[in-house]
Amino acid sequence: MKEVVRVASGQGFWGDSLDAPRQQVEGGPVDYLMLDYLAEVTMSILQKQKERDPNMGYARDFIGAMESVLPAVTERGVRVIANAGGVNPPACAAAVRALAASSTRSETLRIAVVTGDDLLGRIDELIDSGHPLANMDTGEPLSTIRDRVLSANAYIGSTPIVEGLERGANVVITGRSTDTALTMAPLRYEFGWGPTEWNKLAAGIIAGHIIECGAQCSGGNCLYDWRSIPDLANVGYPIAEAKPDGSFVITKHAGTGGRVSVQSVSEQLVYEMGDPHEYITPDVVADFTTIRLEQDGPDRVRVSGIEGRPATDKLKVSIAYRAGFKAVGTLVYAWPEAMDKARAADAILRERLDRLGLKFDQVLTEYVGVSATHGKLVGDGDHQEIPEVQLRVGVRGENRRDIERFTREIAPLVLNGPPSVTGFAGGRPKVEEIVAYWPALIDKRVVQTRVDIV
Amino acid sequence: MRAQLVNIAHARSGDKGDTANVGLIALKPEWFPVLTRYVTQEAVAEHFRGVIDGPVERFELPNLNALNFLLHGALDGGGTLSLKTDAQGKVFSTALLRMFIEIPDGEAAGLKIPHGAVE
Repeated sequence: MKEVVRVASGQGFWGDSLDAPRQQVEGGPVDYLMLDYLAEVTMSILQKQKERDPNMGYARDFIGAMESVLPAVTERGVRVIANAGGVNPPACAAAVRALAASSTRSETLRIAVVTGDDLLGRIDELIDSGHPLANMDTGEPLSTIRDRVLSANAYIGSTPIVEGLERGANVVITGRSTDTALTMAPLRYEFGWGPTEWNKLAAGIIAGHIIECGAQCSGGNCLYDWRSIPDLANVGYPIAEAKPDGSFVITKHAGTGGRVSVQSVSEQLVYEMGDPHEYITPDVVADFTTIRLEQDGPDRVRVSGIEGRPATDKLKVSIAYRAGFKAVGTLVYAWPEAMDKARAADAILRERLDRLGLKFDQVLTEYVGVSATHGKLVGDGDHQEIPEVQLRVGVRGENRRDIERFTREIAPLVLNGPPSVTGFAGGRPKVEEIVAYWPALIDKRVVQTRVDIV
Repeated sequence: MRAQLVNIAHARSGDKGDTANVGLIALKPEWFPVLTRYVTQEAVAEHFRGVIDGPVERFELPNLNALNFLLHGALDGGGTLSLKTDAQGKVFSTALLRMFIEIPDGEAAGLKIPHGAVE
């Protein structure tokens, strides 16, 4: 058994740095490269792409990432684990296979494809057999929006990834795996952790939580002493150096920028946190109140003491559905009396929208530069001396035509509204279809995952 | 003494549906009890009154010198439904750091708590 296993994070979301995967495998020793591409809405975007072309539906960026790390995989034995498969893991694997065909050592590539998380084709069968897929927040059964569902995927855990590694894969491609399983699975595989070693499994999950957002634990978006964090232009992405006992060190490659400190790791630990006593995953329930952090040299934070409890018998299901349309328009008003001009423009716009008889579920006005992010907390000052303010008006509704009409009412304000207005170079606002998120639970036993080596 | 949280804590926030979470972390470990004592669930609910629609929950993580707040009904529907600039609750963190707390003078002096607002 290895004494230390290094899992490097090379992607915190689909759209993250294109260079990070390569930098992670070239900057120093790593055993695994973990790439997280999926957010809650991503699956529905991928589903739409697959409807248009049956060979699509996965995170295309992953193919470029694989190209950049291929020598490390085929020549140095680095293994890649990614949830880039989206709603079409087999097509993603085929694209990687095609890419590798031209490389000299493509025969060493063994790709494991994990499927079974996609429940879209099974929704009616599931509802009929007594699984209402009720919304976790509202309690409403899925049947109320059944005809608007775009995608439905169960969050699956580490077990199928471990199976892929056991069967010799050096690239594992999943669909909707939990972000944290991508890190925990290789530790479970390397250290032979059993499925009921709750503390160790929880440690692997927490290592995953820390590095799943890429550089957000290694100096990126870090508020603590942010001015002193060095060389973010060359920020190092995080690496978890794990030991068989479940303790691990978060670090980054030498010579990179950013900072790994107790504070930077603490900020990431509390990110998107619910009840810290129960961080529920398909594999284990982790207790964040047991985590011990200590600085273990520059850019090294030791994490230990983690406790976990048995997993539940449910899996979370991420369902995306069509929920109307929206558009956001902006204009910039300049000194003097910028704020009054922006307020006047908003009133005029709303009067015109009323007169047109358009139906919206919501019209939201924000003043960017004054109160868009902190609202009433900024106080009641008149803000008249500010150099400029951006008026930002958003509308949402069921009827696409009404939203379209709204987008035609912004530009005219430049010539027929209050003065000192600019910032309309971007053109008319774009109408977007809203794809909303419906979280639900399902019995674990009805979701069967499958691993194929291709 | 009146102290502003930005001088005694750092924070990060995120979203889960229509709920924003704010993790509030003491800048120095010895200041954590001050957060526990004065940054109560009720005080935070009062701070965000008119900004969020739902209740506030608080959890303690003494191991990280941190409190975690769940601000329900904070994101105008949340996720893709929200029209807000901060639809994902990314800067509710610093919105909480605007909050002032009242600390008895003796306690504040003993802990060398910086007073007043940030410049």
